[in-house]
Amino acid sequence: MSVMYTEVTTAMKGRTIRRHFRESIKSLGRNGWMTFASISAVTVTLLLVGVFTIIMMNLNKVADDIEKDVEIKVLIDIIADPAEAKAAEATLMEEIKNMPGVAEVVYSSKEQELDLLVDSYGEDLSLFEQSNPLNNVLYVKASEPQQTVDIAKKIEKFDNISEVKYGEEKVGKLFSFLNTSRNVGLVLILGLLFTAIFLISNTIRITIIARRDEIEIMKLVGATNSFVRIPFVIEGMWLGVLGSIVPMTVVSIVYANIFKIIEPKLNGELLQLLDVTPLLYQVNALILVMGILIGVWGSFMSVRKFLKV
Amino acid sequence: MIQMNNVVKKYPNGVVAANGISVDIKKGEFVYVVGPSGAGKSTFIKLMYREEKPTSGDVVIAGMNLSSLKNRQVPHLRRQLGVVFQDFKLLPRLNVYENIAFALEVIEENPKEIRKRVMEVLDLVGLKHKVRMFPNELSGGEQQRVSIARSIVNMPKVVIADEPTGNLDPETSWEIMNIFEEINARGTTIVMATHNREIVNTIRKRVIAIEGGLIVRDVYGGDYGYEG
Ligand SMILES: Nc1ncnc2c1ncn2[C@@H]1O[C@H](COP(=O)(O)OP(=O)(O)OP(=O)(O)O)[C@@H](O)[C@H]1O
Ligand SMILES: [Mg+2]
Repeated sequence: MSVMYTEVTTAMKGRTIRRHFRESIKSLGRNGWMTFASISAVTVTLLLVGVFTIIMMNLNKVADDIEKDVEIKVLIDIIADPAEAKAAEATLMEEIKNMPGVAEVVYSSKEQELDLLVDSYGEDLSLFEQSNPLNNVLYVKASEPQQTVDIAKKIEKFDNISEVKYGEEKVGKLFSFLNTSRNVGLVLILGLLFTAIFLISNTIRITIIARRDEIEIMKLVGATNSFVRIPFVIEGMWLGVLGSIVPMTVVSIVYANIFKIIEPKLNGELLQLLDVTPLLYQVNALILVMGILIGVWGSFMSVRKFLKV
Repeated sequence: MIQMNNVVKKYPNGVVAANGISVDIKKGEFVYVVGPSGAGKSTFIKLMYREEKPTSGDVVIAGMNLSSLKNRQVPHLRRQLGVVFQDFKLLPRLNVYENIAFALEVIEENPKEIRKRVMEVLDLVGLKHKVRMFPNELSGGEQQRVSIARSIVNMPKVVIADEPTGNLDPETSWEIMNIFEEINARGTTIVMATHNREIVNTIRKRVIAIEGGLIVRDVYGGDYGYEG
């Protein structure tokens, strides 16, 4: 006998989609407390994601700003003959001073440099006073922060220069602080994320169990697997979307107000907050997308486990 | 319509509920499946709508070989079959109309067609006047009639029933049998597992007797054959 292995695959019709949405919403109401718990977990998670993202983005901006504004540290070659060294340093200082865009040049001897190090790292270093390994240094400041990098690159080509440093050093500490807080925040968010996903998959599991009979009959009369599964995935999506409403609102209102209060006081200062737009659009989009992902993922886990159709 | 060829079904716990069953049921036949409790009647039925997969051997239904049928192709098989159970399996939150329409909604039949066909089958089972009632407002016989209506509403080639009168009193059982005969008269193949001696001995059809997972008797117009 000839056999046709046709699969039942119909493109989803409009009324089918409407039916899936209707079923998913009905189920939200039926699950009452579990729905509430899941939405709350998503809310807390996303609130944290929102606050954290805003803080990190602002800190990143601050780090950027500071990096642009640092002085250039020019390490001068060590020259054995003191007279020769003096002459070379004088020429170098003169040359740099005369460069366009340079605001000021300050000389710091290697003894002064060692004092600075001892100040910040302690007496242990004072044993180096016998044979100081450091260089004499010129500190150069640009009149415009943006020119810092250009000037530093030009200075590198001068004679008697052993090294030119800028930026990294001063921002280094801020960056390591940023890194630490980013890691702490990520771990915290990851923990909450799993809690939220776990709660959602539990809610969906309860829905699936509550509708065992319905599912059995659906399968019996030939409903496709996706037809059986989709309402549960949509229900998970709702949990995610509903859980993102409060975080989006709170983050938007709070940041807009902080911005309104703080921004005037920062006027003209180096530190600036990120503008409300596009920041809030970006953060809200992130919150919503994460909410949907959490919800869909959570329900997928249950659907896969409990709906082997 | 239904062919089984040396079908063995061994459950994970080691019980062999079908031990080499071969059978050929033609289109339009009416077949009783009889045998003592635990003989393997329900297993025989479940193999047909692929609730269970055979351990070995072939089951072919309406041209589909269930041994090689993929999971995602099962809906296609189910749409060719109607299945009726002893416990009706109606959804308590849906009324009579909705319970029957449900079977068509989930296979995405269009609403106009659904309404027309639900009314047709309600007429056939004689429950047109109770469309808005809920299962808990119906007698057992009426509930079974709804479940039969649901099983035939998608116009299946085969109706499979596992002890459809098992929960019903004799009077009601006869009414249910009348409906099955009517469905059969319209060309639908019917396979029915039953313990009802009266019915098998009165409405004479092909009788397949199963014992210990084997067909021990297969007679057209046979009798029930076991002492009540
Ligand atoms: N899902 C299962 N897992 C393990 N063993 C099973 C399963 N279903 C049935 N069996 C066993 O297979 C054998 C046949 O069972 P089946 O339900 O087919 O009998 P039956 O003829 O329908 O009996 P009854 O007349 O009581 O309904 C029995 O021994 C039963 O215990
Ligand atoms: Mg049985």
